[in-house]
Amino acid sequence: MAVLILADHDNETLNDQTAKSVTAAKAMGGDIHILCAGSGCSGVAAQAAKLDGVAKVLCASDDAYGHDLAEPLADLIVSLAGDYEHLVGGATTTGKNVMPRVAALLDTNMISDISAVESPDTFERPIYAGNAMAVVKCGDPKKVITVRGASFDATGEGGSAAVEEIAAVANPGLSEWVEDKVISSDRPELTSAKIVISGGRGMGSKENFEIIDKVADKLGAAVGASRAAVDSGYAPNDYQVGQTGKVVAPDLYIAVGISGAIQHLAGMKDSKVIVAINKDEEAPIFQVADYGLVADLFDAVPKLEAAL
Amino acid sequence: MKVLVPVKRVIDYNVKVRVKADQSGVDLANVKMSMNPFDEISVEQAIRMKEAGQVEEIVVVSIGVTKNQETLRTALAMGADRAILVEATDNAENDIEPLAVAKILKGIVEEEQPGLVLLGKQAIDNDANATGQMLSALLGWSQATFASKVEIEGDKATVTREVDGGLQVIKVNMPAIVTVDLRLNEPRYASLPNIMKAKKKPMDTKTPADYGVDVTPRLVTVKVTEPPARQAGVIVGSVEELVDKLKNEAGVI
Ligand SMILES: Cc1cc2nc3c(=O)[nH]c(=O)nc-3n(C[C@H](O)[C@H](O)[C@H](O)COP(=O)(O)OP(=O)(O)OC[C@H]3O[C@@H](n4cnc5c(N)ncnc54)[C@H](O)[C@@H]3O)c2cc1C
Ligand SMILES: Cc1cc2nc3c(=O)[nH]c(=O)nc-3n(C[C@H](O)[C@H](O)[C@H](O)COP(=O)(O)OP(=O)(O)OC[C@H]3O[C@@H](n4cnc5c(N)ncnc54)[C@H](O)[C@@H]3O)c2cc1C
Repeated sequence: MAVLILADHDNETLNDQTAKSVTAAKAMGGDIHILCAGSGCSGVAAQAAKLDGVAKVLCASDDAYGHDLAEPLADLIVSLAGDYEHLVGGATTTGKNVMPRVAALLDTNMISDISAVESPDTFERPIYAGNAMAVVKCGDPKKVITVRGASFDATGEGGSAAVEEIAAVANPGLSEWVEDKVISSDRPELTSAKIVISGGRGMGSKENFEIIDKVADKLGAAVGASRAAVDSGYAPNDYQVGQTGKVVAPDLYIAVGISGAIQHLAGMKDSKVIVAINKDEEAPIFQVADYGLVADLFDAVPKLEAAL
Repeated sequence: MKVLVPVKRVIDYNVKVRVKADQSGVDLANVKMSMNPFDEISVEQAIRMKEAGQVEEIVVVSIGVTKNQETLRTALAMGADRAILVEATDNAENDIEPLAVAKILKGIVEEEQPGLVLLGKQAIDNDANATGQMLSALLGWSQATFASKVEIEGDKATVTREVDGGLQVIKVNMPAIVTVDLRLNEPRYASLPNIMKAKKKPMDTKTPADYGVDVTPRLVTVKVTEPPARQAGVIVGSVEELVDKLKNEAGVI
């Protein structure tokens, strides 16, 4: 049996998550096929075809699929499901939106956010904000899975899979896209950046966040935030790192003015090197930091920028 | 319109969980339990819609053990009108899988005929982030997940969703399933008089069999272990020392 991976993309560029899902799929066994569903997404299909280990790319280009709406995408995947044992999405907002719907339509359970593949039917996944790791075995004939990107390396290029155009299935017409409110930036994406610098409530205001941006620009880093910083309006929602935000595992994570609540740690404690800058030497973030600096951030962060 | 709000009883978010020595799961004995924080947000949303005159009745439902009554009473004290307890197990450690929860909720939706179901985007114990999407699939309804804004007009709802790239606005047909995200609202605390009043509000007790659902788990938990612990590192004395260590010791910049 084979594995079908739902590609994460924006109709132009394939998201790094897809190459990470391919790495996970290699441990599941069988041919790996990628489904690129979108609107005018043939360029994405060509990028997916280059990934090492991919046997075939299915490209479904139709307006119904242009904005990742869950209902038409789930129906498309279910129409293809007969040929596959594993149906895999990223643990991104697209995968989390679509895959549980697929699972329910196939009358199987959802195996969410896996961090390792132990065998084709046994998977490891973090529970309780990563404070426990559960190994679960799924006896159902179809396994519907989302893959935690931070736990898998991206598969490289080198493949040359065939791209097959497939037709759209009927759109149930339950929802329609209105608009995207996206702030575009030249910085790397949070979940694939090598360096991430995040600010917390200690930043005090949206304007003060600029000192973080300046360090990020010097380091070529992505910018993140704690929930408290997002709730307070210092940073946009897509910056949130943590149990209920994004999970990151960069080479270097710099936490500035963040206390280190378990919900925040859940999103960054697998980073290779962690730096904490906090004026409170008792802050729990120091318990996970490789390098801690007890200092006022308004003094330390500009100095850091100057020293780089 | 009637709104259905499923609420889950979970380990309190402030509790540091401990994995059991026999690796069968997490120790829930004598641990503080609370309403899943996302579900407080959905209850709040339903109450605000009622206060705005868009909703006539708020029905809350919880699936689990007898003690889930406490969670339901909290929701009633916040302002829900009526509760349904589905007693699915006698041991809080036997969590009910999202697919089974979704099947029971489908049975309740068919009986109650709500115009909207508001769920949390995820439960903070198992972090599955699945139940709402599954319920929506089983009912053939529209779904709007990770909502930070919900506006209902006639037979459509306009929902702003928190997605990886920022925000996405979609319009969905009613009846709909909406799962709520953190920024939708700030839930109220129940006042003492309302806690007293909640004791008199109606609560029905049901079982999964009433909805023809088998809750036997499909997934087998092989083991539950502690994640590898991270060692605390060193405290550096200055920014210069930090930069030096990052360059020459860690080699990450
Ligand atoms: C259901 C739920 C889900 C959640 N999900 C997430 C999540 O995904 N991500 C997340 O991050 N949180 C999440 N949280 C929130 C989490 O519990 C914490 O409240 C949050 O992480 C705290 O953010 P913080 O560290 O920025 O703020 P605080 O805890 O207030 O810490 C601020 C820190 O800044 C330091 N500071 C202040 N001023 C300065 C200064 N001038 N110089 C240096 N240091 C300074 C202080 O010493 C303090 O340690 C969630 C909570 C719940 C209930
Ligand atoms: C150690 C262990 C490991 C497990 N591993 C897995 C696994 O890998 N995959 C899996 O599918 N299951 C697993 N389970 C079962 C798992 O507990 C259920 O999946 C889980 O209870 C439901 O997922 P969730 O609570 O995270 O739901 P979510 O889908 O995250 O919950 C979203 C919303 O659904 C509603 N809701 C959910 N449950 C209830 C309820 N009981 N009553 C009322 N409303 C509710 C609430 O509104 C909630 O906010 C495991 C259980 C244990 C003990």
